[in-house]
Amino acid sequence: MELQASNRDLYLAMYHKMVLIRTFEDKLYFLFLNTIMPGTMHQYNGQEAVAVGVCAALNTNDFITSTHRGHGHTLAKGADVNGAMAEMFAKETGLCRGMGGSMHIADFRVGMLGANGIVGGGLPIATGAALASQMRGTGQVAVGFMGDAAANEGSFHESLNMAAVWKLPVVFVIENNLYGYSVKSRDAFPTDDIAIRASAYGLPGEIVDGQDVLAVYKHSVKAVARARRGEGPSVLECKTYRYKGHARFDPAAYRPKEEEEAWKKRDPIKLWALALTQAGIASEEELKSIHTSVRKEVDAAVEFANQSTSPAPDSSLSLIYAETSREG
Amino acid sequence: MYQSIAVALNRTLADEMRRDSNVFVLGEDISTLGGAYQVTKGLLDEFGPQRVRDTPCSEIAIVGAGIGAALAGMRPVVELQFADFVFCAMDQVVNQAAKLHMMFGGQGSVPIVIRAPQGATGRAAQHSQSVEAYFMHTPGLKVVLPSDAYDARGLFAAAIRDDNPVLFLEHKLLYGSSSAGGKAKSVTGLLSTLRPAPEEDYTIPLGVAEVRREGRDVTVVATQYMLHLALQAAEQFAKEGVSVEVIDPRTVAPLDMATITKSVIKTGRLVAVSEDVLTCGVASEIVARVVETCYDALKTAPQRVGTLDTPIPFAPESEKFVLPSEEKISAAVRRTLAVPVAS
Repeated sequence: MELQASNRDLYLAMYHKMVLIRTFEDKLYFLFLNTIMPGTMHQYNGQEAVAVGVCAALNTNDFITSTHRGHGHTLAKGADVNGAMAEMFAKETGLCRGMGGSMHIADFRVGMLGANGIVGGGLPIATGAALASQMRGTGQVAVGFMGDAAANEGSFHESLNMAAVWKLPVVFVIENNLYGYSVKSRDAFPTDDIAIRASAYGLPGEIVDGQDVLAVYKHSVKAVARARRGEGPSVLECKTYRYKGHARFDPAAYRPKEEEEAWKKRDPIKLWALALTQAGIASEEELKSIHTSVRKEVDAAVEFANQSTSPAPDSSLSLIYAETSREG
Repeated sequence: MYQSIAVALNRTLADEMRRDSNVFVLGEDISTLGGAYQVTKGLLDEFGPQRVRDTPCSEIAIVGAGIGAALAGMRPVVELQFADFVFCAMDQVVNQAAKLHMMFGGQGSVPIVIRAPQGATGRAAQHSQSVEAYFMHTPGLKVVLPSDAYDARGLFAAAIRDDNPVLFLEHKLLYGSSSAGGKAKSVTGLLSTLRPAPEEDYTIPLGVAEVRREGRDVTVVATQYMLHLALQAAEQFAKEGVSVEVIDPRTVAPLDMATITKSVIKTGRLVAVSEDVLTCGVASEIVARVVETCYDALKTAPQRVGTLDTPIPFAPESEKFVLPSEEKISAAVRRTLAVPVAS
């Protein structure tokens, strides 16, 4: 792996984001087991290199749409940690004022157009955001994140086809974590790889090691640059693994323990730490201090959420419709 | 002045596209062909293929791309070739467009208009439905049902300028234009109740009903094509000395219940008419709300008139049998008159 010393700040920022996501998720897990956290959640542990590698290739005003497993994308895109945590706590200070929760978290200030509780539901929306960018000539790129299962939804086909026909500036990122809830991807797909579907739309489709944040980043930079040049969409399939069950209630008994252990040996954060220290980019102490500061950041976010008030019970009623109308 | 809803919509689109560069149209066969009912005819010449976009046959992506573009600041007007096709895009309409503003806590809005022709015109089960009740049942959407060119123009301008997702459903029989295939059947006998649109642009606020005919004895609430049948029926009743008030809600979400209840309190009798099927339909909802809020004012049981609970059959006599008609509306009015009108 080629690491460049001049990219040190970027590399450490990527490390920080990966640790932030992991720490955030571990904290949520703890809070949930202690029945402090309402609702359910789909956790991102193990997949951090994908969200971070892709989002590191984007500008703040670029767009992403996310999935039901959206905490990682939200934090990777730069959402406010306090606001994200408060949303998990269903508080008024949450990014979505406590109206969305884990599965519908969004932060429009950083181009994060929403997690989505419907598998494949965000793909046409990413396509549309890219259409707006193309029509206005803003140069913004949209990324549509999806799990492997989404590639079997009709919205996948319709979005890729439309985006390809119109050469829209969008990158479709498939996070193939090998399971759609309990069903092995290989039992839901006739092929080992999903990215090969890109060729049916005349698009480049790359298969990427989703545990290697630098590999994800490099492929993303290429795909994003292609989109920004007006050459159209790309498909990236990142092979990865979710450490937890499908959702908080799921012990994932359908997965062999040996498989889990094998994947955890290639933990994306450990791999990146090793790469950074071996290349002399950062010392172990420096990385340790990132963990320490992230723990403080997440603890502060929990404190912020705890001290925030819940929304008034009737607050959704004033949010059914947007109030404004562009008269005149 | 023009009588045709298709022309009214076409002029409105052109006006709105001139006043706001974020407005654009996308749908199947809308550019060169001008749309199945010619609503987008000629727009390609003035605005070009970027803003007048033929799409693949992909309702999920058409509506979804509209939503994404709307979140990013555009104001897309989506055409679905027939209202029946909206069911292909149901997730995008119901789970996405309708909910995003609320579930993101007010971040972003979805200013999209989804236009679609609806109503029974001899095209059988999958090209004949009136779909408003599905969307009236979905909080977050606005549902507009223009009944003539005058309303169509003002309501459409308001819909495009609204920051919310709007289903704008047009009745095929009221377009007053031929379809591109030349097969549209236009209603010709109703011209006295179809109001033309003037040249200048104006808006009609969404959520405000109109009393189309004042009366004392019976309130008839009717939408779209049914409105015109109700007005004809009212004319006949006038000859018998029965005074029928006819109200056009114009939008069923939001539904202007204040205008309807005010009328029912005056007349004490209600007939609700809609071309969608009866069960959980528009007429059912109107009757339910009136019974809840004005029970004491009712002199007789409210009546519903709608399409029978069946897919629309092809055979013309069978189609006629299941659809509402002037005769069925009149019969319903007579049922409410079981207690004689005080003279």
